[in-house]
Amino acid sequence: MSATTWAIVAVVVQVAVVVVGAPFLVGLMRQVRARLEGRAGAGSAQPWRDLRKQLRKEPIAPEGSTIVFAAAPFVLLSSLLLITAAAPFIATTSPLDGVADLYAVVSLLLLGSVALALAGLDTGSAFGGMGSSRAVTVAALAEPTLLVAGFALSVRVGSSNLASLVEHGQRAPSTILSPATLLAAVALWIVVVAEAGRLPVDNPSTHLELTMIHEAMILEYAGRDLAVVELASAVRLAILLSLWGTLFLPWGVATTAAPGALALGVVGLVAKVSVLGAVLAAAEVFMAKWRLFRVPELLAGSFLFGVLAVSSSFFLA
Amino acid sequence: MSLVSAGLLLVAVAAATSLVVGVLASPLRRARVSAGLTCVVGLGGVLAGVGALGGASWSVTARNLLPLSEAVFAVDPLSGLFMTLVGGVAVATGIYSAGYPRTEEYAGGPASRTVQMALPMFAAAMVAVPAAGNVTTFLFLWELMALASLVLVLAEHRSRPEVGRAGAWYAAMTHAGLLAILLSLVMFSSATGTESFDEMGAAASAISPATRSAVFLLAFAGFGSKAGLVPLHVWLPRAHPEAPSYVSALMSAAMVNMGLYGVLRIGFVLLGGGPQWWWMVVLAIGCLSALYGVLQASAASDFKRLLAYSTTENLGLVFVGVGAAGVFAAGGDPQLAGLLMIAAILLTANHAAFKTVLFLGSGAVLRSTGLRDLDQMGGLARRMPTTAVLVGIGALGASGLPPGNGFVSEWLLLQGLIHSLSAAGAPSVAVAIAMPLAVGAVALTAGLAVATFVKAFGVGFLARPRSAEAMAATEVPPSMRVGMGVAVVACVVLALAPLAMIRPLERVLAAMPAIGEREPVHGAAELHLSAIAGSMSPLLIALGLAGGSLLVVLLLRLVGGRQPRRAALVWGCGGTRLSPRMQYTATAYAEPLTRVFDDVLRPEHDVDITHYVESRYLVESIRYRQRVSDRIENRLYPPLLAVATRWGSVARRLQNGSVHRYLAYGLVGLLVVLVVVGVTS
Repeated sequence: MSATTWAIVAVVVQVAVVVVGAPFLVGLMRQVRARLEGRAGAGSAQPWRDLRKQLRKEPIAPEGSTIVFAAAPFVLLSSLLLITAAAPFIATTSPLDGVADLYAVVSLLLLGSVALALAGLDTGSAFGGMGSSRAVTVAALAEPTLLVAGFALSVRVGSSNLASLVEHGQRAPSTILSPATLLAAVALWIVVVAEAGRLPVDNPSTHLELTMIHEAMILEYAGRDLAVVELASAVRLAILLSLWGTLFLPWGVATTAAPGALALGVVGLVAKVSVLGAVLAAAEVFMAKWRLFRVPELLAGSFLFGVLAVSSSFFLA
Repeated sequence: MSLVSAGLLLVAVAAATSLVVGVLASPLRRARVSAGLTCVVGLGGVLAGVGALGGASWSVTARNLLPLSEAVFAVDPLSGLFMTLVGGVAVATGIYSAGYPRTEEYAGGPASRTVQMALPMFAAAMVAVPAAGNVTTFLFLWELMALASLVLVLAEHRSRPEVGRAGAWYAAMTHAGLLAILLSLVMFSSATGTESFDEMGAAASAISPATRSAVFLLAFAGFGSKAGLVPLHVWLPRAHPEAPSYVSALMSAAMVNMGLYGVLRIGFVLLGGGPQWWWMVVLAIGCLSALYGVLQASAASDFKRLLAYSTTENLGLVFVGVGAAGVFAAGGDPQLAGLLMIAAILLTANHAAFKTVLFLGSGAVLRSTGLRDLDQMGGLARRMPTTAVLVGIGALGASGLPPGNGFVSEWLLLQGLIHSLSAAGAPSVAVAIAMPLAVGAVALTAGLAVATFVKAFGVGFLARPRSAEAMAATEVPPSMRVGMGVAVVACVVLALAPLAMIRPLERVLAAMPAIGEREPVHGAAELHLSAIAGSMSPLLIALGLAGGSLLVVLLLRLVGGRQPRRAALVWGCGGTRLSPRMQYTATAYAEPLTRVFDDVLRPEHDVDITHYVESRYLVESIRYRQRVSDRIENRLYPPLLAVATRWGSVARRLQNGSVHRYLAYGLVGLLVVLVVVGVTS
């Protein structure tokens, strides 16, 4: 098979690995948390079992809601699939790399949040509006950090295409330990936590409507719609962790479309994301959710790291 | 006859006809005639503009048209660009305006004779402003544009007293702007000894740097007030909400662009770029306007006020692009400057397209519900489905998300700013500090714009109606829907095939000596940047999103259950049935952001608690009101107004009604003039 065919195979494998693996990642994180809290845990495959159950149940739409409520889960999931197809998680050879660079990926992530936020408003319930308002606030305040940290990363490479960023990192590993990259890594990690709706910004396992962000938005979904939303949330978490992992730990990502390199890329991706997920889950055990109005302080701090990253890439280079 | 002259002839004929027909036509026909003539003006503008963008240059001199001077019209690609934009907006608003006045309003308001005569006139003046070839013609058309729009802003002054106040603010601000432009052009033309733009441009390099800077800064202040830049934006949130909505669309989508035209014409074409600090000032004002505009928009709950502040935001972003382009043009990097200029102009075009849709949409809502307050709306998507879809596409463009049209220009702007450090080789420290801050400002603006338009569309159109008026809404007449549809088509074309717009822009760049004709963006389906390694494909992203959704739906058909969605009650914590009043309102939706940006917005809260007469411990009702006022206006303008008032009362003492005193003034004046002439000659 030619290199182009292998490149297409790589895209398909990457989408499959992320979509199939994402619920396992969520399961793994819950398992880590359960073990650290002294519980047995439901096992890593539990999210998949939940999805199977929800797929068979009847979907419900609140009275007075429009097509926006029905379409939002599909827009969300398809925006995430598009990111997965374009991003260089296991190989930098994706023929779709030119379609979406780092900024387009950030905007696509935001598009998914907006679809859910509109759906939350469309339910016509107080909880939907509450979750939607909070989610949009957090997303709006996370945006500057994302772009400024992206600025810091792309300055040295002269490109914001993800494949170029990863290849540059592999070619010159010393740049990863430079102050600019480290500061950008801290800034982006905070944003990953906020965007994925993890502690201390949002509590993914809460059951109190008043404190929820993400869960309040999707409160009205049921059946296969809920399955799509849950799968999309897991994929979103997986994408965010993979993005962070590939940008700051670019080793293992295949730069040629050969079967061996691709297999190594898959193993590398699974290993990186599992470790990052486990670390995130372990850290969450020692944390409580913050008050909503302290979250902007966190995000302002991360923006400061982003600006420092850019200036150090200029003044210390 | 060339395309340009045919188009401009059409504009002139239609404007002249409107004066005659406005007087003669019966009230029932007038709306349609005025709408038709506005469309013809728009078509003429588009024809002339497309001809000029195609590279045809055209000029004509009419010796006796203006007193003491001659009327000169000269069209180049830069004029063509703005004529196309104005023409496009005029076509959409023209079609829309046919259905806007309700039958019961024929006595006054938008259906009055003056208003309907002024509409084609306003559009024609705007199309003609970029075609002006000398200072006198330019100023004459500029003032014609301002006066025609003032008449239109005042359309509903009989029914609402706020309209009169808004008109006064608008008149004062636009004339203060005119004064600055007048001073700037007079200085420029006396320094070069000519009033023809062509000759002024040729002689501009010989002027002293101090004069050049004064000319530029005065022009920037004057044109900035037309563009709604902070701190001269105060007329926008007053005039736009109070004008009839199609007038707001013309003003917000077309007229504010004239401010940009002026800055480009004087700064880049006539003065040929300038020192870096000019453009740093432009960049800073742009960032400030973008942030302040979007913050006010995100807190606003009046739909049209929100849109007006969003205009300040978008023009702010445009001036960020223009400022950065100027900085790099001065720093000797024309390629990057070209990219940023393309981004700024594309953003202007996108803004014109989506703001037309949004203002026309707000007019549709206003016409069928009488509501401007988002807090009272809701559920309109079920009652006005076409309007909701069209406004949805406009709002997607305004929030700068893919696959909307605003996304492409925002992406280009960010690429230009982000690669400023690597592409420019060794940038100065000022650039290295300014560019990251500009990126942060643009990014925060983009994030808050998303929040703003999710609020506007989600609260306004989705969920359940929050008032009886919203409950009783009905779809608007077909002409209004077609008008919005025309603008939506422009949005979609700009979103999916931006290169169709970018190609002709290269001829516009060629007219700017500091930038020159280059190809900053190339490609077909994917946009590739020439100066820097960056690419993105709006078309493939849109296709990918559509294909991805289809794939997920098909897969669900295979593996999921087949039951249809059942309509059910909303979760009310197992107890109550939620009433529509319990939904989040626009004010509630923006509350977290208002609180986060408390230091800037300083909202005023009012809580009224009424107790039962029988017992003071039982609450009968609670009334909560929040008002976000414009702090820049409250801080900056009262002292100025106080000075003006004091000056007025002092001047009144000079004028006590005595004829003798007036004769004495005349004598003294004459003597002073004679003495001055005698001493100086």
